[in-house]
Amino acid sequence: MSALGTDSMKDDKKMAADGGFEPNIVGFLCNWCSYAGADLAGTSRMQYPPNVKIIRVPCSGRVNPLFILKCLMDGADGVLISGCHIGDCHYSEGNYYARRRFAVLKNFLEYIGIDPRRFQMSWVSAAEGDKWAKVVKEVVEDIRNAGPNTISAEKK
Amino acid sequence: MKIGVFVCHCGTNISHTVDVEEVAKAAAKLPNVHFATTYKYMCSSPGQALIADSIKEKGLDRIVVSACSPSLHEKTFRKCLEEAGINPYLVEMANIREHCSWVHSDRAQATKKAIELVKLSVAKVSRSKPLSKSFIPIEKRVLVIGGGISGIQAALDVSFAKFPVVMVEKEPSIGGKMAKFDKTFPTLDCAACILTPKMVGVAQNKYVTMHTFSEVVEVSGHVGDFTVKIKKKARSVDLKKCTGCGACYAKCPVKVTSEFDEGLGKRKAIYVPFPQAVPNVPVIDRNACLWFTKKTCGLCKKVCAIGAIDYDQEDEIIEEKFGAIIVATGFKQFDHSVYGEYGYGKFKDVVTGMHFERMANSSGPTGGKIVRPSDGKEALDVVFIQCVGSRDEQKGVPYCSRVCCMYTAKHATLLREHNKNAQAYVFYIDVRAAGKNYEEFVKKAQDEYGAVYLRGRVSRVFEKGGKLIVRGADTLSGSQIEIKADLVVLANGLIAQDDATTIAQMLHIQYDKNRLFTEAHPKLAPVETITSGIFLTGACQSPKDIPDTVATASAASVKALGLMVHDKLEKDPLVARTNNDLCSGCKACYLACPYSAIEMVEIEDRKLKRKRMVSRVIEGVCAGCGNCTAVCRMGAIDVEGFTNRQIMRQIEAL
Repeated sequence: MSALGTDSMKDDKKMAADGGFEPNIVGFLCNWCSYAGADLAGTSRMQYPPNVKIIRVPCSGRVNPLFILKCLMDGADGVLISGCHIGDCHYSEGNYYARRRFAVLKNFLEYIGIDPRRFQMSWVSAAEGDKWAKVVKEVVEDIRNAGPNTISAEKK
Repeated sequence: MKIGVFVCHCGTNISHTVDVEEVAKAAAKLPNVHFATTYKYMCSSPGQALIADSIKEKGLDRIVVSACSPSLHEKTFRKCLEEAGINPYLVEMANIREHCSWVHSDRAQATKKAIELVKLSVAKVSRSKPLSKSFIPIEKRVLVIGGGISGIQAALDVSFAKFPVVMVEKEPSIGGKMAKFDKTFPTLDCAACILTPKMVGVAQNKYVTMHTFSEVVEVSGHVGDFTVKIKKKARSVDLKKCTGCGACYAKCPVKVTSEFDEGLGKRKAIYVPFPQAVPNVPVIDRNACLWFTKKTCGLCKKVCAIGAIDYDQEDEIIEEKFGAIIVATGFKQFDHSVYGEYGYGKFKDVVTGMHFERMANSSGPTGGKIVRPSDGKEALDVVFIQCVGSRDEQKGVPYCSRVCCMYTAKHATLLREHNKNAQAYVFYIDVRAAGKNYEEFVKKAQDEYGAVYLRGRVSRVFEKGGKLIVRGADTLSGSQIEIKADLVVLANGLIAQDDATTIAQMLHIQYDKNRLFTEAHPKLAPVETITSGIFLTGACQSPKDIPDTVATASAASVKALGLMVHDKLEKDPLVARTNNDLCSGCKACYLACPYSAIEMVEIEDRKLKRKRMVSRVIEGVCAGCGNCTAVCRMGAIDVEGFTNRQIMRQIEAL
């Protein structure tokens, strides 16, 4: 468990009515694959937990590592980045950049004591509505287990 | 700043899980929100009028529409804003349908999430800037990739409007799969009779340039201005000099199996794939030719009176510009070798539908006789097995290939036409004959041509006493059946070409899990792709029969022509832009740009009183991916519509 981890401070706002922890997760989805995949999950009426709020970006390569840090600093319990499958980037190579950039960031986050489960990446194509639903379920479960993010509380 | 929030019920699509009134109430309390309301259908004319009227009456200057996915209606609402007199880029959509009401069932939770999504959009729009469109000129030429029936039709349609077309075909001749067919369903027209006039029409058309035995190797640029590199493979025969007399291949001593005849016949090392080939110019198969393998022979060069044979020819890469691209790369037959139970490869007399076509064809390897490849005897009892690589998830092809039921009915008909003593048995799962005169055609095959249809799968094919025993189930009578067959014909499904993914990646178009190219919208934009200026036709998008292929070819041509008639095209202003004051000229963006849309330019810095380098975005080339923004350590380059300020504000809102 990381130093800034889970058990010490509980943020009351994050507790659902029944006392269970409902994580607040930010999703950065590329416009062409993952956002469209999430749309497809909708048109196919697949059910998944409502914890991920999606910010649409043109490409996973658009996501500046600062955005992730900002999310975690501002109290998000987790961040999910989803882009096109490697090789299928609408902009040919944006997701290659993203993959490398965030592999480094993930290590860095772990190094500074942030539970690596809080930052996840996935590759979901426009045809994979089912995969999007599955990814959300898994990520929500992972971050639920990681517990509330207390960095923002410490900041205050 | 006065933001208006408009929450859509979408009939009951949204309102059945999301309390839209509650969302509007919560939205009204958000910072800078001046007005919030709901309406049954925001995208309808009265819905749009509501937005327009509210803009005028309440002096709103930014709008959030909380409804469906922006991919559906962002354009609608931009137009609505423009007509109401405010900048069209000051609208944001909160996707509370696809990303909320349709995927959640708990009303309280869904409502809460919808409010959060609205919050995101309000945060973003509060930092939006008015943007204006730019214009890019259009290169008035169309590239058609693929010279099968779909590419041919597309090229003819575009050329009819007097715009130049370049057709690239990887085989030595145009014509594609259709050129191999004998007859076509449901009318039994001879395929060559209806195809060859079109092939010749392409060759003689002054607006069409054909590059056969050529491949597209690189595509860059964007709609209106694609730069395409085409590799013209060395044909070893001069296209301009050759008259197609045929002396060379008559004398060539090397015989190899013919790809065109599906391995049933032979061709020479210098060959035209089939007699009606266009262009009627041979090609040397350098893997088989004695000159290239052993530096001997050279007969073709000796007999060619006009000196058209050129052993020293090399691959050539040409570069051309196009305004639009039509993709007509077609399909590949499913590889049935994974069906071990059908014994393909083990028994010579188990063949595919395409083999049957070649045998039935009078200019084919058997001269129009349906024979057993093992001994050349005429086949009397022929079993057809349907759905080989169609509707079979275990074999990786979950979809129906659409044409196999029909071509099998055609084969059953042709079998009896070629030999009135022959008998066809068809094992099928369902007969899918949806099309004009299709059902009637299948019925005719059964009633007039005596084809016996058996509903069930074949479990095994084995050899006994020189015949093939086909063992299967007849699920209608509930009995096991064994048929002694001379020939077994597998109805192979249609799958994507081997290089489909490479082509898609080169063109920046998408493909689905079956590697078939994805259209921009499954219903409303079936021939467009998500990359503007690139259109799809034929079986590269999904299995299609000839009528559907021709229809999509004409549809794609119309789409391409729609671009050609314009001199310039409006371009979305959602591109990157450099702030010269912040740019340090480090070149990080220049190196990271996948489109080479960034150039380094020298500017005069008045404060520093010296010249320095900064990056500049070439607007026409920039696609707005934003990769540059993530590498910029100065925050000097930003992408409109998704600026750092907008995204940071969104993050803060959560």
